This record gives sequence, structure tokens and C-alpha cells, in this order.
Amino acid sequence: MDRRDFLKHIGGAVAVTSLLAAACDTPDAPKQGVTSQDGHGSMTYRINHNTGDKVSLLGYGMMRLPVEAGGTMRENPDSPIDQEVVNKQVDYALEHGVNYFDTSPAYCQGLSERSTGIALSRHPRDGYYIATKLSNFSPATWSRQASVEMFEKSLKELKTNYVDYLLLHGIGMVSNDMDALQTFNGRYMDNGILDWLVEQKEKGRIRNIGFSYHGDISIFDLLLKWHDEGKYHWDFVQIELNYLDWNYADEINPRNTDAVYLYDELHKRDIPAVIMEPLLGGRLGTLPDFILKRMQEREPETPAARWAFRFAGTPEGVLTVLSGMSYMEHLIQNVATYSPLRPITPEENDFLMKIADEIYNLKSIPCTTCSYCMPCPYGLDIPTIFAHYNKCVAEGNVPNPEHPTAQYKKARRAFLIGYDRNVPKLRQSSHCIGCRECVAHCPQRIDIPAEMKRIDEYVEQLKRS
Amino acid sequence: MLKKIRTILAIVVMLLTTLLFLGVCWHINLWFGFVAKMQFLPAVLSCNLVVVFLLLLFTCLFGRMYCSVICPLGIMQDCFSWLHGKFKKNRFSYSPEKKWLRYSILVIFTVLVIVGVTPATTLLEPYSAYGRIVNSLFKPLYDMLNNLLASFEAKHNLYHFSDTEIWMRSVTTFVVAIVTLVVLAFLSWRHGRTYCNTICPVGTTLSLVSRFSIFRVQFNMDNCKQCGMCEKNCKASAIDFKNGLVDYSRCVVCGDCIAKCKFDALHYSVYKRKAAEVSARVAQTVDEGRRSFLVGAGLMTAAVATAQPKVKVDGGLAVIEDKVAPKRKTPITPPGSISAQNMKRHCTACQLCVSACPNNVLRPSTALDTFMQPVMSFERGYCRPECTHCSQVCPAGAIRCITVEEKTTVHAGHAVWLKENCVPLTDGVSCGNCARHCPVGAIQMVDYKGKQVPSINMEKCIGCGACEHLCPARPFSAIYVEGNVMHHLN
Repeated sequence: MDRRDFLKHIGGAVAVTSLLAAACDTPDAPKQGVTSQDGHGSMTYRINHNTGDKVSLLGYGMMRLPVEAGGTMRENPDSPIDQEVVNKQVDYALEHGVNYFDTSPAYCQGLSERSTGIALSRHPRDGYYIATKLSNFSPATWSRQASVEMFEKSLKELKTNYVDYLLLHGIGMVSNDMDALQTFNGRYMDNGILDWLVEQKEKGRIRNIGFSYHGDISIFDLLLKWHDEGKYHWDFVQIELNYLDWNYADEINPRNTDAVYLYDELHKRDIPAVIMEPLLGGRLGTLPDFILKRMQEREPETPAARWAFRFAGTPEGVLTVLSGMSYMEHLIQNVATYSPLRPITPEENDFLMKIADEIYNLKSIPCTTCSYCMPCPYGLDIPTIFAHYNKCVAEGNVPNPEHPTAQYKKARRAFLIGYDRNVPKLRQSSHCIGCRECVAHCPQRIDIPAEMKRIDEYVEQLKRS
Repeated sequence: MLKKIRTILAIVVMLLTTLLFLGVCWHINLWFGFVAKMQFLPAVLSCNLVVVFLLLLFTCLFGRMYCSVICPLGIMQDCFSWLHGKFKKNRFSYSPEKKWLRYSILVIFTVLVIVGVTPATTLLEPYSAYGRIVNSLFKPLYDMLNNLLASFEAKHNLYHFSDTEIWMRSVTTFVVAIVTLVVLAFLSWRHGRTYCNTICPVGTTLSLVSRFSIFRVQFNMDNCKQCGMCEKNCKASAIDFKNGLVDYSRCVVCGDCIAKCKFDALHYSVYKRKAAEVSARVAQTVDEGRRSFLVGAGLMTAAVATAQPKVKVDGGLAVIEDKVAPKRKTPITPPGSISAQNMKRHCTACQLCVSACPNNVLRPSTALDTFMQPVMSFERGYCRPECTHCSQVCPAGAIRCITVEEKTTVHAGHAVWLKENCVPLTDGVSCGNCARHCPVGAIQMVDYKGKQVPSINMEKCIGCGACEHLCPARPFSAIYVEGNVMHHLN
């Protein structure tokens, strides 16, 4: 270890210790950084009745790992993952009771599993659960051999000989020119891979088999029907759940299904639900000021994200709530939220439903910046364009050129200058030709070309006024 | 007093002109655009008779003060000369006027302007030379600073500075600007106003008038102690103290001599003819040996690394190939320029329009007959319908002022479809991006071999380049703009 490395380690240790001190708030210690109501106890756990696993309510999503150039691969797509930071955050998570780590061969441009493996293999294997997926989205990986190789590679990257939770990744999504059932059959049935996975479970190489669902509801229903018939047994199912999607998913996009339906279908079958997108890609964490104000009037010290996590963790059928925590501060905050969980009361539930009304009325684009649509063959930066638009919606910087208000000029400037700053001109919405290559890949089922056209027309209107 | 006034005015004008060329803020162009419009040759070329008359009247009254307070290139040379003066005092001496050289250059220059040989005229014109220096050499630096500020701002959600693209618009113009700067810096460092008093056609023209100006710098021989400080500090080498004479064709009325004179022997006042002057005529001395300057410009070629796209399932950005400008049979000149001929006749290649263009459309031409004059191309943007910046800044009448409404009626060029590049035919995808973005609705998508392809209505097309810029085909667009020899109006 040279001097620089040594200093880095010392620096890291100091940082972790001070953060630790901040988070492990005992009643007699002076309070720092943690709100008065949360984070005084230990992590809430839920039991998976299939295996008896005691799973932490907070699960670590390894989808948006920090990179060396700063931020995540969203901000710096070509930068390598910052393993040192990942290690530190995983260590912190384990020390604070987080024991469920969710990755995929597709995450972080294919690099997430390796990084997760490196970080976790430094700890005893029985101290955590690994969830990964069979992410054979591309028809090139639909053959039995390619899919088996994908699973074997996952084990190798994760430096383990068994996976605790294995998911069929994104059932209900469609591949080009195919419907959802054809896609599902192509990925898992025709090649016999689902049966192969069941064999692996019998061999002990997989402990729980489940699926994550996005998109066409008929596939979700079909798989649960098989469960009822005893054709296949699902140990768990991963669904999107948050207080906006609870009732509004199909209003925002008629092709989606409300989370209340998904959850109820699982709960009545006693299938544990793993929750993804509790924050809708971070959007429920960065609310417009006027909405945030209403939350803070109730609890001034509670960040917007905590409301969303409390909501997602409250239903008893929820096994764990995944969060892709890129930054240590988010990890600390979320650990505090679930240490222990303060369940949402019926009255608070009504309140959140009213907040959902208001968010719905903003008409922002339901993009979670997952980047599955990328790379766009024509070079557009789809998630960043949507993120910019949504940010402007949240900040009230989407002025109406037809009815300019006093704030019009300022908002117009913020929208246009911010647009050029966030998205290079060559990657802006004006370059979308409507080839529809992206549409099939979107788990939120956004009609991306239509939204691009809408944003482009809006920008054009702003520029001309 | 004269020197003080001159210095203050010069600094103000220099600052405004420079800000104008840096494109600091669009509003500056609107408020201080007059600084460019009162330049002599642009005023002549735009037939701005009022300005030309006022400038001649001004010179007739006060001498060549224009060269000291209005001409930015003159002020720039004064800066170099002043700097050298900090190290080496009293370094000038009288030299006789090189009449023969001056007037032959003026005559040749005038003939070339009338005939319309662009490169020769634009190279010598002082205001444009300064414009090119600022635009090519200093604007990139200014833009870097701007982008730095913008990046700081971005972190704090502030929106005052918009990011600008920094790119080499023309290597030739860049080299010309460097050579001009180096040559002028050298000349003025060594000999003060040599350029202005031997080469500059504007200086020579004004000297024809200033010889007879009403106010002049004059000796009061009663007070003169023959110390020679005035001559040693005359950057125009126009003072002959022994004979008490000033060459008014070269004096730029800077006031340095008056400030230097400790004996109150020099005054700026209404001219009175003196007997001594009539007889005193100094013999012309032989021209100094000519000096030639070779400036080698090393050009750096940056290797463009094209990274292979990785196999990705969740993200990353596709590599975008740069657009390459098509070979246009007729170059496109901006709306308001009437025709290529009008542009050629009036433009002094000052680059003010190039620096004012917010869409990266204008750049200096490299063709010999329109050397460094602006042409349009759409690799980095297109001529936005709401923008008339270039037409508002042009001081020379090369781009006439037009309104946004008028702009939609000016047909500067017409689009041409190249079906061999069109993506519905080559890649089998649906597109129509050109039709969607045409601001005048000149493109319709029509069925052709079972695919939707663009068809162009030539009568509607204004040649703005939206279709060419936004066409997904790379490096060559499937639809591009050809210039109209003369803009169609309707």
C-alpha cells in the first residue's frame, strides 16, 4: 500500500465512522443528521415463508452504481464503476442489517454483477441474499445455450455457487414485431430454460425462483394461473409499487396496470412481493416545491423519499423494497427509514393519495431513467431529455407560450438553456425520426417517439416566441 | 487635454467594438451596433452617405482623429506602440511621407473594390482586419470563459450563460488573422503607425482631407527650445521639429506631442499658415529597405478517435458521425444579402455576422472570389426562423436589415433530395424528420416504392437548412440546400 492508498483508506475509514456515528442514533447520543422520528432502532425484517429467509425490508438495488468520474453511468457512461465506493456502501449496508442485494447481467452496461460480486465476496456468504436475473432480452440470447451461459456467467461474476433469488427479468415486455406472449415463450418456454431453472433449484444452485413484471398484464395473469394450477411455483414476484402507481398507473399510461391490482393478486396467493421503483426512478424524491411543502407542513424533518419508502414498505406482503442507492447519503437515509419501519396510517394513506392526485396532474413523463431504451440508433439521449423535461415540470419552468405570465421569460430561459446544457444539440428530441426502435424496450411503456415529438414541438414554440 | 480625450474615447470605442465581436450579449449589438456602422469603408460600401459625409466633415474639421478614436485597428496598434514605449522611451524620429507607395495602393485598392476583387480589398481594410482578429483569436477564449461560467452556474440552477460551441469555422481565416496580428504587432512595436500611414487605404483617403483640416497641431516657435521630444514621441513619424513642421496627412491627432512638450510650444488650434512653412520642404529620402515577414503557421490536426460501441443492454450513447457539408454548386448567403453578387460587392469580411450567428450557420468562405465573406452551411445548426441577427449587425449593407416576418418570404436557396441517402429507402425505417421540421411546410411525405419519402415544393422552400441539419443520414444528408444565385422574394 503506497502513501496515497493509505491516505485514501484512512480518509474512507474516517468518513464511514463519522457517518456511522450520525446514523446510529441512540436516544442518549446527541442527534445528528437523522430526523427525530426515524432511525432509532434496528432494521425491520420480513420472513419469506418459502425458505424461512429473514429478509431486510430495505434491499440494495445494484443498478445505479457510482462511477469513478463522479455520479453514475447516467452522467458518465464511459467511466468505470468506483469499486472502492461500492465496497464502502455495501459494508455500511451489511453493518446496518441490509441483507438483500439485487443485480442483473444487464445492469450498469453489464458490469454490475462483477462489482456486486467483488463487494459481497469480502463478507461471509451466509450473511446476505443475492438476487439476480435471467436478462435474455435480446433475441440473440434466446437460445438454450446462450441463456444457460448467461446464468453460469452470473454465478462466476458474483463469485458464488448459488443464487438466493433468481428472476425471469421483465416478463410482459415485448421484443420487436412480437407480442408479449411470443416474447415470453421465446425467452423462457420454447428453449426449455424455465424447466432448466427449476432443475437448478432442485440441485440447490437457486434457492427461490420468481419473476419481475413490466408491461403486458396478460403474462402476469398467465404466470399466476400456472401458480394456481401447480404448473410452476413462484417463490416471490417483483413488481413496481409506489403511491403514484398504486391507483394511477393506468391513468398515466393506459397500457400499464395499477399496483394495487398487482399486489392484491400476489397477496391473496401468499406470494412475497419484492418492490421495485418505490421512488419511480427518483421522481418521488424530487417533488415540485409546492407539493413538497404540503408534506413538510406535516413533518418538516421528513424528506419526500421517506414518505415513498414508508408507503412501499407498509403492506405486510412486501418482502423487501429495492432502492438503487448511488450515494451514501441515500443509503443512510433509507436505512434510517426502515430502522424500524413506521407503517403508513390510514389517515397518512389518504394524504399520500391526495399527493398522488397532484403529481398526476403535473403531467410529467413517467420515465424512471432506467436506460433500457438506450442506445438510440440515431444518437438521442432519451432518458436525459425526459429527465430535463420532468425537472422543468417539477420546478415550474414549463411556461405556456400562448399565455405568457410574468415569469415567462425566466422560465423559458431556464428550460432552453438547461436543455442545451443537459443534452448536446445532436442528441436532442429534434433528431428523433420516429423509427420506434426504443418503444419495445421501455418497462414503463412510454410512447417515446410521441413524447419526443411533443417535447420537440414545445421547444420549437418556446424558441420562436 | 487632447491626449486625455483621445485616450478615453479610444478605450470606449475599442471596448465596445471588441464586445461587439465577442458577442458578449445580443443587446450590446443592438445598443452599440453604431460603432461598426460608423466605420468608413463599410459606410461607403453600404452607401450610407450620411455617415460618410459626417466622417469626412469630422476629418475636415479635426484632422485624422478617426484613426485614433474610431478605427479599432488603429487603437490596437497604439496599444502595442504604447507598450513598447514603456520599455524604450523617445524612440521615434521623423521620416518623410512615402507618397508614391501610399497613393498607388489607394488607387489599386479603389479599382479592386469597384471591380470586385474581394480578397485583396478585405485583407487591407482595417476595421475588418480587427474583426477577424477578435473573432478568430479572442472569441474562442471568451467562449471558453463563458462555458466555464456556465458550468459553474449549472451546478446552482442558474441560467444566465448559455453554453456555446467552440469550433474552427475556417482555417484560412484563422491563419489570416494570426498573420495580420503578428505583422501589425511587429510594425507598430517598431515603427508606430507605419501601416496606417503607408498601406491603409482608409488612412490614405482621409489624409487627402486632413491635409486641409481646420484644427491642427501647430508649433509656437517662440516657445520651442528645440528639445525634439515631440518628434521622438510621434508614432506617426510626422513631426519635423527642426523646421517646426507637422505632416498633416499622417498626423492622427493623438496629442502625444502636446503632452510631451514641456515648453508649451505645441497647440491644437485653428490652423494659421506660416511663412516658414512655405519654403521648407524636406527632400524625400530613399525608402527604407523593405522587410518581409514570413510567418509559418503550424496546423495541428487532432486525430479523432472513434470508439467502437460496446455491447450494451441498458444505456450508453450511440456514436454520432459528424455531418459533412455537401459540395454546393451555388453557395448560400444569408437572408437579407439579396444575392451572391451583392454580398461580394459590399462585404468587407469583418466577421461580425459570423460572430453574431447563434446557430453556428455562418462561417467565412474559403473560395477565392468570396474570400472570408460569410456563407451558410448546416452541419451544426440551421438558420432558425426567429433569428435575424446577421442582418441587424451588418455595417456594410452586405446583409440588409430584415424582420422576422420578411425572413419567411426570402428564398435564399432550395432543398434537393438525394434518394440514395434517404433512410426509409436505405434502412427501411420510417422517418419524415425533414417534413416535420420544415418551418414553411415545403416538404410533404409521399409514397414512393411503398415507402414514405420527402417531396419538395420549390416555390415554398426558403433554404433555411432545417431539413439538411435534422436529416438522420450521415455523414451526407439525404436532403440538402443549394443556394439561389439571387434570392427569390415573395
